[in-house]
Amino acid sequence: MVKKALNTVYAMWLREMLRFSRSKSRIIGSLSTPLFFLVILGAGFSSSFEIRGGGMFDKSFLAPGLIGMSVLFSSIMGGVSIIWDREFGFLKEILIAPVSRFFVALGKAVGGVTTAMIQGTLIMIIAWLIGVEYVSIPGVLAAIGVMFVTGIGFIGLGISLATRIESHEGFQMVMSFLTMPLVLLSGAFFPISNLPAWMSYLVYANPLTYSVEALRFCLLGSSTIPLPESVAVIVLFALVMTGLGGNLFGKMRV
Amino acid sequence: MLNAIETARITKYFDDITAVNNITLEVKAGELFGLLGPNGAGKTTLINLLSTMTAASKGSAAVWGYDVVKQASAVRRNIGVVFQDTTLDDRLTGRENLDLHGRFYGLDSKTRKSRIKEVLLLVGLYDRADAIVKTYSGGMMRRLEIARGLMHHPRVLFLDEPTLGLDPQTRRHIWEYIKTLNRKEGVTIVLTTHYMEEADNLCRRIAIIDCGKIVALNTPQILKNMLGGDVITLEVENPEDTGNLCKIYESNEIPSTISCNDKRIFITLKDGERRIPRVLALASDVRIPIQSVSLRKPTLDDVFLYHTGRAIRDEKEPGMAERVGYRLRSRRK
Repeated sequence: MVKKALNTVYAMWLREMLRFSRSKSRIIGSLSTPLFFLVILGAGFSSSFEIRGGGMFDKSFLAPGLIGMSVLFSSIMGGVSIIWDREFGFLKEILIAPVSRFFVALGKAVGGVTTAMIQGTLIMIIAWLIGVEYVSIPGVLAAIGVMFVTGIGFIGLGISLATRIESHEGFQMVMSFLTMPLVLLSGAFFPISNLPAWMSYLVYANPLTYSVEALRFCLLGSSTIPLPESVAVIVLFALVMTGLGGNLFGKMRV
Repeated sequence: MLNAIETARITKYFDDITAVNNITLEVKAGELFGLLGPNGAGKTTLINLLSTMTAASKGSAAVWGYDVVKQASAVRRNIGVVFQDTTLDDRLTGRENLDLHGRFYGLDSKTRKSRIKEVLLLVGLYDRADAIVKTYSGGMMRRLEIARGLMHHPRVLFLDEPTLGLDPQTRRHIWEYIKTLNRKEGVTIVLTTHYMEEADNLCRRIAIIDCGKIVALNTPQILKNMLGGDVITLEVENPEDTGNLCKIYESNEIPSTISCNDKRIFITLKDGERRIPRVLALASDVRIPIQSVSLRKPTLDDVFLYHTGRAIRDEKEPGMAERVGYRLRSRRK
């Protein structure tokens, strides 16, 4: 029983990895956006602003936010790609197999989170190469753990959305109405300590904020939200989204 | 001998449409069985019901002795399905597609390896196994899907329109593969098609489906014999004459079966070539101009026409009222 479940998860993971390894242009494309932000915004901001209360507003400040952004993009994409599986038919092949839907969804999530972690880690390394300094090696490893939990949460969200979205036009809507606000309201590009009240509510209601804050703590050694709090929120988010995604996927009709 | 498939008054409604209407059917183990009908007749819905993809509104069905609702998982282990539209992952190679399938069905690594070789050889794709599926032709993709459907040694293989959209030559190849695997693997095959030649060529028994109902079920030969002979097709100049002429033929001395459709009248009788002069004479007696006349030995097309009152490839789908009209007019003598 357990073995069968693991087989299902592994098969789904393997498929994601095979597809990922064949789409080099996708990898480069998804790395380029955060890197442009890092290099250009980092250089531009650091020449003009200083964070109130000390600290430079530069590429070091941006790096955790951009890692978070890249994990968010690739994990939501990973979940929502079920729409493509449906359009191109492969979903039927999975749904007709004598396997548990929940473990299929979990395998999809584990596969997606692996690609998200690879991309997040690549950005982390590139940022380090261009001069961002991290506090410690355990901190870097912990950051990879944060990417994992964050990725699981947003893939769960992506899968849940995919079960509700009929077509790939709907997918465009998701990308513009969900991911951009999530990124902009996450504190990836600005400190969250002195925000106007209305915005502060939105920022604190955004799960990505806690990921970015946790990454910032792990990599730079300080954050506005204390680490235990941010970790608790992202773990809870991941659990809820896995449950929701698995459940909705289980009821999905082709 | 066990029946591979048994359905009992199975019915499926979609909103106000009855896609499958009260179908009771038995398919024997090892049989090559065809579901023949036009698009929208309910063939695919029936396959979806049998393959546990859709739940029935009423009635029940069992595949290989397992109930499709209560024992869906056991049914799934024992069937292979090739859907109408491709369900391959076209970014992966043929071998990878088969390997993933094997994993989903719990085959161990050794079994997967040997079985992949077997099924690829069976459909003649062994030398293209490591090419990305995107580079395959339509016929190759269909063959790969058939191979994949066989990976886990299913008892029953469902093929939904296996040759749809393929050129005639490829179609013949696929027929050969289907026959071979029915014989070599001993797998029960249920296929749907709207190609008459396909059903005639491949299937031991066929069920003709129209509007969600089985209108006839037998071997192709018996179905054709049941028509009672050859078919004379008359085309009148004015569609208004059709009805009158039908009545005349129905009330004359020639033992025949009449059905009609717009401008055409179909007369089924024995010894067709000797009857043509009499048939034409009857029309000229009442001064109804005939545009053309032809004689054909029966095919499954005629069987279909006989049972449903229209040709299977009619472009325009007649509305319900027209259809009922056809039925009333086409009656046996």
